[in-house]
Amino acid sequence: MTKLSNAQIAWRAAQDIEDGAYVNLGIGFPEMVAQYQPPGRQAIFHTENGILDFGEAPPAGSEDWDLINAGKKAVTLNPGAAFFHHADSFAMVRGGHLDVAILGAYQVAQNGDLANWSVGAKGVPAVGGAMDLVHGAKRVAVITEHVTKDGKPKLLDRCTLPLTGVGCVTRIYTSLAVIDIVEGHFVLREKLPSIALADLQALTGAPLHLDGAVQDLIVPELS
Amino acid sequence: MDKTIPSLAEAVAGIGDGATVMIGGFGGSGAPIELIHALIDRFVATGHPTGLTVVNNNAGNGHVGLAALIEQGMVAKLICSFPRSADPVVFTELYLAGKIELELVPQGTLAERIRAGGAGIPAFYTPTAYGTALAKGKKIEEFDGRPYVQERWLKADFALIKAEVGDTHGNLTYRAAARNFAPLMATAARTTIVQVSHLVAPGAIDPETVVTPGIFVQRLVEVPDPQQEEVLNRAKAVYP
Repeated sequence: MTKLSNAQIAWRAAQDIEDGAYVNLGIGFPEMVAQYQPPGRQAIFHTENGILDFGEAPPAGSEDWDLINAGKKAVTLNPGAAFFHHADSFAMVRGGHLDVAILGAYQVAQNGDLANWSVGAKGVPAVGGAMDLVHGAKRVAVITEHVTKDGKPKLLDRCTLPLTGVGCVTRIYTSLAVIDIVEGHFVLREKLPSIALADLQALTGAPLHLDGAVQDLIVPELS
Repeated sequence: MDKTIPSLAEAVAGIGDGATVMIGGFGGSGAPIELIHALIDRFVATGHPTGLTVVNNNAGNGHVGLAALIEQGMVAKLICSFPRSADPVVFTELYLAGKIELELVPQGTLAERIRAGGAGIPAFYTPTAYGTALAKGKKIEEFDGRPYVQERWLKADFALIKAEVGDTHGNLTYRAAARNFAPLMATAARTTIVQVSHLVAPGAIDPETVVTPGIFVQRLVEVPDPQQEEVLNRAKAVYP
């Protein structure tokens, strides 16, 4: 089955970020979104550990380990960057000052519930800033494969894994579609032209509602 | 009014068994490696302190700094948000063996609990963790139609932090993103112990740029060219 690569999902999510937006990207996959800002737009990226307006990774060997992102990877600073302590950092998060947060997901439910911090199994639990981020940004979006590695839906009627937040997600960019959450429903906005609506529905764990025409999800080839 | 202490060993003196110790740093950034290692040295020499409750964002990485403190068996309980790292083997093994207690706190709530502790605010409400396993047993209250979780302040007997420049009054500036939890922890501990890379005379720091005012600092020790956890781990260092 044709589906978008992670880079392509990240590209699609990046197209919705406005010029001048303050943005937090979850660690791992969501960090890729920063690479695909449309020309002429400049978002300002926030990292929980205390930097606004950080840039790309430095070349290997020239890392400064006091300049890292939330994933503890080395970063650089853009002109106009700022440092701050953790209480200020999470005032930016919880206080509603970020325009958008883009996070990964294990599961998203049609009511906007998100599960992305624990698979509920034995092991060491770790939450980081995920539970704060989902209540902070004006817009909380998720980027994810449409289904799990073994083909089960990740978009569900109700999450079965431990929740990160309740009713917090408003848009989901998957490897097959772009779906909004509106009043407790999945509303299909875009889908790959190559997949039939019925097939997409079969891979989705709750009804896909339509609200006007469904657009084709067109994404460039990316290396 | 001179808060400087001549040696690392004297700087960490008086941290007793069962103390609650906040340790600055986010991963290796801001980790006061030399202060932690001085505490380990005392434990190796005397068997104390032990049974510590440590507050940090993480649970250490590799076998230096906080990970080494845990590996020595000095830590009974860890209060943190993200006990995973590139090499979390020390904490993971003790945790899975039931030999260390974990209180998992969302990162922003951890920061705010420490801030509240330092500011004399016994509790506050946050939307964070509402409806999740981490809000279990906590008081919920609605404000303007939205539910919030009550969280309690967090205070400590001691804080160990790293700053870049400190004057003898304890005024501090930090380096890049290394400040992270340190300015909060400095306010929330009864005794805040700081390792500074550069010790200067009062007046040498522009008051406009002071991040932590000296009132929050009790002891300062100069450690020029401090070690960086990430660099030590890449060299596969083990302490002691």
